[in-house]
Amino acid sequence: MSISISMLLLIAACAAVTALPRILPFLIIRNLKLPNQVMKWLGYIPVCILTALVVSNFIEEGEPVSFDWQTITIMVPTILFAIWTKSLLLTVLFGMLLMAALRFFMG
Amino acid sequence: MEVIGKAGEKVRLDFKQGVKDCIPTLLGYISIGIAAGVVGVAAGMSALEVALLSILVYAGSAQFIFAALLLDGSPAAAIILTTFIVNLRHFLMSATLAPHFTRYSVGRNIGIGILLTDETFGVAAGKVQQKQRMSVSWMNGLNITAYLCWIIACIAGALFGNWIAEPEMFGLDFALTAMFLALLVLQLDAIDPVNIKHYLKLVLYIAVLMLILSCFMSSHMAVLLATIIGATIGVITEK
Repeated sequence: MSISISMLLLIAACAAVTALPRILPFLIIRNLKLPNQVMKWLGYIPVCILTALVVSNFIEEGEPVSFDWQTITIMVPTILFAIWTKSLLLTVLFGMLLMAALRFFMG
Repeated sequence: MEVIGKAGEKVRLDFKQGVKDCIPTLLGYISIGIAAGVVGVAAGMSALEVALLSILVYAGSAQFIFAALLLDGSPAAAIILTTFIVNLRHFLMSATLAPHFTRYSVGRNIGIGILLTDETFGVAAGKVQQKQRMSVSWMNGLNITAYLCWIIACIAGALFGNWIAEPEMFGLDFALTAMFLALLVLQLDAIDPVNIKHYLKLVLYIAVLMLILSCFMSSHMAVLLATIIGATIGVITEK
């Protein structure tokens, strides 16, 4: 168990640049009445960012972009299951189970 | 277990409820955290350094990239800049949640922001969508539970990582994808049926944008840009 000074400084710098975008909006927005258009725009962020994160989970960057077909295959029933149960926990468990089963049977 | 999405459902959003609402995301945290610990040690970091990284930086994708760049022998400036870019998406998430917490003190707002992750944002955005009024204690319950589990998972990965056989065997790597999928479905489920077509079109646009952008840039930049462009299209095409 050890830690070098240079590593400590590097981690501290990375912590600072990570914390900044997380905290800044909370400091800016409390002193600012945001215009309606901006509030509307922010209202679209959850759906947009969650979609982008989902997509980033099944594509590999590069030219041309490639797809992770195994993930896509399991995603379809997982979406249907989420729509049916409306439960975060059950959907995560269901998805993991399907993925494990697919790997078990496909080798 | 709370079934999200029922209109008119009133659950008191206190600290304890925040802890409860965090539980579905924990499988994702634990699996990714253990992996981040293993990768950190593999990149030559000590368990103590891995622990410090998870405590101070607390960001999954950034920790993976940190380890990868370290192994590559990248200069410190490159590691810091990459970490910044990878985590820049949190700016959008914080900006989305911040208007709901302006009634609290600066200190409390900083506390919420500094522990915000993709997962806790997703859960909180679900509450916003259902028009439930979030309290700072609820947000802290959610954030702190996630934070502690993440740190424990990272340290466990660093210390015992070699003992764990293939985590893929249990489908653990799919936990995160399934979670984002479910959070997206819950978001769309809470939308007024009149607007659902508008949102589904938006989902399609984002998917196409992601495919195009990923040809030219890292997936983190693609997520950031696709979200910004997508939300703008959303506002412009709104009726």
